[in-house]
Amino acid sequence: MHDIIHQLEQKRAAARLGGGQRRIDAQHKRGKLSARERIEVLLDPGSFEEWDMFVEHRCTDFGMAETSTPGDGVVTGYGTVNGRLVFLFSQDFTVFGGSLSEAHAEKMCKIMDHAIKVGAPVIGLNDSGGARIQEGVASLAGYANVFQRNVMASGVIPQISVIMGPCAGGAVYSPAMTDFIFMVKDTSYMFVTGPEVVKTVTHEEVTAEELGGAIAHSTKSGVCDRAFENDIEALLMLRRFINFLPPNNKEKPPHRPTPDPADREDFSLDTLIPDNNNKPYDMKELILKVVDDVDFFEVQPENAKNIITGFARMDGWPVGIVANQPMVLAGCLDIKSSIKAARFVRFCDAFNIPIITFVDVPGFMPGTAQEYGGIIKHGAKLLYAYAECTVPKVTVITRKAYGGAYDVMSSKHLRGDVNFAWPTAEIAVMGPKGAVEIIFRQDIGDAAKIADRTEEYRKKFANPFIAGHRGFIDDVIMPHGTRKRICRSLAMLRDKELENPWRKHGNIPL
Amino acid sequence: MFKKILIANRGEIACRVIKTARKMGIKTVAVYSEADRDALHVEMADEAVLIGPPPTAQSYLVMERIIQACKDTGAEAVHPGYGFLSERAAFCEALEKEGIAFIGPKVKAINAMGDKITSKKLAKEAGVSTVPGYTEVIKDAKEAVEIAAGIGYPVMIKASAGGGGKGMRVAWNDAECLDGFERSSNEARSSFGDDRVFIEKYIEEPRHIEIQVMGDSFGNIVYLGERECSLQRRHQKVIEEAPSPFLDEATRKAMGEQAVALGRAVDYQSAGTVEFIVDSKRNFYFLEMNTRLQVEHPVTEYITGLDLVELMIRVAAGEKLPITQADVKLKGWAIESRVYAEDPFRNFLPSIGRLVKYLPPKESEVVRVDTGVYEGGEVSMYYDPMIAKLVTYGSTRDRAIAHMRDALNEFFIRGVAHNISFLAALMVHTRFMTGRISTNMIAEEYPNGFHAADVPHDDPALLISVAAFIHRRYMDRAARTSGQLLGHERKVKNDWVVLMGGHQHPVHVDPADSGYDVVYMGETYQVRSDWQFGQPLFKGTLNGAEICIQVERRDMVYRLFHWGSQADVMVLSPTVAELQKLMPEKAAADMSKYLLSPMPGLLTKLMVQLGQEVKAGEDLAVIEAMKMENVLRADHDAKVTKILAAPGDSLAVDQAIIEFD
Repeated sequence: MHDIIHQLEQKRAAARLGGGQRRIDAQHKRGKLSARERIEVLLDPGSFEEWDMFVEHRCTDFGMAETSTPGDGVVTGYGTVNGRLVFLFSQDFTVFGGSLSEAHAEKMCKIMDHAIKVGAPVIGLNDSGGARIQEGVASLAGYANVFQRNVMASGVIPQISVIMGPCAGGAVYSPAMTDFIFMVKDTSYMFVTGPEVVKTVTHEEVTAEELGGAIAHSTKSGVCDRAFENDIEALLMLRRFINFLPPNNKEKPPHRPTPDPADREDFSLDTLIPDNNNKPYDMKELILKVVDDVDFFEVQPENAKNIITGFARMDGWPVGIVANQPMVLAGCLDIKSSIKAARFVRFCDAFNIPIITFVDVPGFMPGTAQEYGGIIKHGAKLLYAYAECTVPKVTVITRKAYGGAYDVMSSKHLRGDVNFAWPTAEIAVMGPKGAVEIIFRQDIGDAAKIADRTEEYRKKFANPFIAGHRGFIDDVIMPHGTRKRICRSLAMLRDKELENPWRKHGNIPL
Repeated sequence: MFKKILIANRGEIACRVIKTARKMGIKTVAVYSEADRDALHVEMADEAVLIGPPPTAQSYLVMERIIQACKDTGAEAVHPGYGFLSERAAFCEALEKEGIAFIGPKVKAINAMGDKITSKKLAKEAGVSTVPGYTEVIKDAKEAVEIAAGIGYPVMIKASAGGGGKGMRVAWNDAECLDGFERSSNEARSSFGDDRVFIEKYIEEPRHIEIQVMGDSFGNIVYLGERECSLQRRHQKVIEEAPSPFLDEATRKAMGEQAVALGRAVDYQSAGTVEFIVDSKRNFYFLEMNTRLQVEHPVTEYITGLDLVELMIRVAAGEKLPITQADVKLKGWAIESRVYAEDPFRNFLPSIGRLVKYLPPKESEVVRVDTGVYEGGEVSMYYDPMIAKLVTYGSTRDRAIAHMRDALNEFFIRGVAHNISFLAALMVHTRFMTGRISTNMIAEEYPNGFHAADVPHDDPALLISVAAFIHRRYMDRAARTSGQLLGHERKVKNDWVVLMGGHQHPVHVDPADSGYDVVYMGETYQVRSDWQFGQPLFKGTLNGAEICIQVERRDMVYRLFHWGSQADVMVLSPTVAELQKLMPEKAAADMSKYLLSPMPGLLTKLMVQLGQEVKAGEDLAVIEAMKMENVLRADHDAKVTKILAAPGDSLAVDQAIIEFD
């Protein structure tokens, strides 16, 4: 017994040291924390239950038999964030560069299987050089086993990846299939092929950071949902983020008490919409003034800024917010913004998070770049996502809701539960000027006539009443009462039941 | 008494006049431009008349429109406020012709005081001491040098029709005088269409002290003490106070009596201000007389207990001044801070836009806020960027300053840049606190502008304990999230580390009744507050003393503002704080090799191409903002290595446009 305990202690100590102090120091020098330190930052103190500390790789080729570390380059287990259960794996770059062996993959699969079984989120802290080349196809099989579980878990439990080091080649596809990807600036990168290969194939010279750093993926590709300055910021913000999410697709998202009154009015919103309807305003002001405690966790803040997505709470209950941003590209929908919002809507729908949509959309972005890029299919993604969605949907049209984009943005016709309009709402097929130039084409030469007709059209459609006549909006509300009306609508919808017909799965235009 | 008056102005002064009129039972008419449809003065007045498009030349300065508005509404008198038409004799005359009273002085006084040369002559005749100088029009540069030699250097060359620092030059010798004369007259010609200049003695360490006078149509005229307005930035007053910390009773009396003598000389019948320049030996010299209500009149109202607007209205209605000089008693101390929409960090660049948040301090016996805006309102590009005047009172100067500090701590503005932190920093500046101020003080003390983050806080423990409170309250709430593992709920620990200014400060945070006890460096700070999440003002007590700190939560950082300093603070558990030491210090990106947009605007023109060598001073790009074209020029010689924006792009502040090698 004593012997065993002694051995146990030795093994534990060896596992805790990972690839050794020298490598841990090197990790620190790069500005990175070790795998275990990251867990300490992420979880409630003392809550971590580690599994499979004694797992070692089974490779004997290339001298691998002599070099084995307990844990095999990944720390796995479960713990709590604000008392709520999460499963996690944290790759250890100090052990074989965090490379993925068969055993390493098995550890990941084990916690993913458990997470699905008990219905709790999986968090992956990625810091891995890639496949364990010495193991050959066994390592590739390991990846595929993880991929398969990512897919099985998708829409069942939330999966979140934090990229905290390299993540290249096939390895990127595990995070890619999780719900959210956070990255750390300067110390993490993701790409399918690295700078060297890029250079030989396309003769482009780029650095790893330029090709797949946090900035590139959060501003250009949209792969990254949030980029953070360092490991600690990323992990502490992740704690905050988790607090918005339910543990699985059968449960409601977590409630958090708030002192912010549900019926709080904000009269400054009455002047948010400028007199000139072509003048932009900041939609984020509306979001921040409506949600609980001025607390809004934005997702993809630097990508496709013409649409805003993110989580907040109303009356203590989490909501997903989608809003057109008139400050950028006049808030119109284009390929990137449609994809960004569609994925966000589907996440919310999968996890019972009600969606609030603030609409000020002049239409879809015109141009060959958009058409050749497939705006038809990408725009359809957002339409599909909203139409398929069964969680409570509350929509507020603040100003423009023109054309097909009106239909897309959580309209009544796509089973919007409560659709409000501000008095400044204009719900029409297009802006007055464009409309008149089509309807009265014969008068185009006559500026005065066109001006009259435009005014006529504006008077008729530049208000919420036509849509109100038909019941396409449920009520016209004063901006200052927006929070109150949304909170009340959400309370009314709390036990909403709506099911789509049985099918294997729909065929969203991918 | 009038039954209805019209206020030919906007903003805070219009609101201020309406308040007094309302108190006197007089109905009010506001006028407004299209840009001011939703302005506060329009809402406050009983009636409002639209007088034209936003530019002042087409609205607030159009006499006919205002007179028409009087006729349409039946207003019997017009209060002009300050600026706009307040010192236009022609306006006075036009009103008179229509039988509408002007709430201000008579035409004669306005005319006499409107011209700097005439007013100086009159002052001399009335026995008012004037700056040694030559008030006649100077023929040419040669004559200028002769005159300057007679007065003795240094001298100031000034445009006769001048104002706002235009056409002003200081000369320390003959050569500078020759050059200064040419430049001043050129500038005067282009700015005012009048190239007359004059020369006077240049006063070193000057103070700007002015006397408030008040006259009626019965020949009564009194002086209501002085105001010290020395704290200026580029001739724009920033802080004013009454009385002056510099004057003695004898000087005050002498200045007051001279001011009254001048008023008498022009039969002055309203509120007016006689400005003096005072040197370090308390010699005072007449500068000019302003024939209107001054922006800074509230400080005089506080220390005299009088309502100057009320007196102006009564006198204009033909009433006798209800007070004599013997009744004027100065009591206590009052300070005014001008809150401007300008960015102290960007060399006080004016800022415009929506007031996303606007929380002025609460008014009380000792705090007065004259404002013309509200939360959700707009600071327009068409008008003066003054947002509000914050005035505080105390029985002593120190108390008035203390109240001002507290009030500035509470003044919360977001959406436009503002100078609150700058004002607050002045309030704790030793030179201000000891009264050693001059019109040059700001230029001397802040030669490179002002940045609140550079101002160290006097009492870091205050910020540390408040940050600990705020963070602990967030953590305690997070620990109440639903869905926790039964029996394994989150327990918030009491030990934390506050990171501020590059240092780690361990604290122990114990929950207490309505707050927390924060133990820091062996001392206990009892922080009590009903502050709630997201609130911008942390109001409460620290060891029983009232505190108010502005809080902004930005991801992991709490940004705190207090007493003119700004601190970014993080609160971490001891374990995480230890690991935080391993996080690399990221140097702010070196932006010196970029051309950055100094303001939000539209990039209209890019004058350079990739690879082009540019010379210092060369035009690089044009940004249109606030309907003005701003040309950006090269600081130094460089080569263009990257072009990061294209014409037609809308740029944010500090957005990179060009990268250099």
